Amino acid sequence: MSDGTLWTLVLGASLGCYLLKLAGLSVPARWVEQPWVARVVDFVPAALLAALVAVQAGTADGELVVDGRLAGLAVAALALALRAPFIVVLVLAGGTGALVHVLA
Amino acid sequence: MSDAARTAVLRDAIGLGVAVGLYGVAFGAAAAAAGLDVWQATALSMLMFTGASQFALVGVLGAGGSALAAAGSALLLGTRNTVYGVRLVPLLRPRGVLSRAASAHWVIDETTAMAVAAPERRLARVGFLATGASVYLLWNATTVVGALGSAALGETAQAALDAVVPAAFLALLWPRLLRGFPEAAVQRRVAFGGAVVALLLTPVVAPGVQVIAAVVAVALAGPPRRREGAA
Repeated sequence: MSDGTLWTLVLGASLGCYLLKLAGLSVPARWVEQPWVARVVDFVPAALLAALVAVQAGTADGELVVDGRLAGLAVAALALALRAPFIVVLVLAGGTGALVHVLA
Repeated sequence: MSDAARTAVLRDAIGLGVAVGLYGVAFGAAAAAAGLDVWQATALSMLMFTGASQFALVGVLGAGGSALAAAGSALLLGTRNTVYGVRLVPLLRPRGVLSRAASAHWVIDETTAMAVAAPERRLARVGFLATGASVYLLWNATTVVGALGSAALGETAQAALDAVVPAAFLALLWPRLLRGFPEAAVQRRVAFGGAVVALLLTPVVAPGVQVIAAVVAVALAGPPRRREGAA
């Protein structure tokens, strides 16, 4: 992706996100408080974040791939289940990824 | 508004800023891993200033997605802030176009949580502004640290960073799946559906589109009739 495209994306998406914020402060509440808006707001994050987790950890160049990222994700899930702080989760996942890279 | 209450609000605001700063480092590193330079990463933190959308944008790019898929994901997550704005209007009572336009930039998870939790309206305003300032400063500063730091990494450290990025997304997702979050069981189903659809579509459709497809598919199929969740 060219630098120009990246900048267009960065600035365009930022403007869009700002307008979404501004809309909340500007439009009548009843426009926003629709059941379908609530559904999108409540559930899109879970689907999107889970999709990103899966794609980031399990695919490369459009193919399913198993490597250190998946091992790191498993360790991260365990750490989260044990209520480890955010920074500990990241360090453990990164350490696992590096270890698999060195051993493999 | 008592001085003690005001002090407590300011202390919480700084605490939130520090906590968010950790995510800022992770975001800067994820942005660099996705191919953004430090200026682009910082521009996102300064101008977009809504963490989940920023993570989604660089996540889709990092997975080889198109610019449209990246922007679409960021905007989908940004709809949250529209709903927050509606809740904030009676608390902030912005007067005039300028006040509205300035307040809007800081309408995010953390500032809304602080404003809504405040016991009285004037404290809500203080909480919103103090949290906005604290999170804005630390989020931008730590984005630069993360973006510059990851540029200096060797091959093994790069492998570590590759493993950190999905873990950071999982950490963002995790609280939504736990008991106590509204409709946690449905959240888990939707999350599972999103992951499965994304993996299934990955070899078939253009890179990055699977993320959007997952959202659309799950948004249509996942949410149950309202009664089920209300029971």
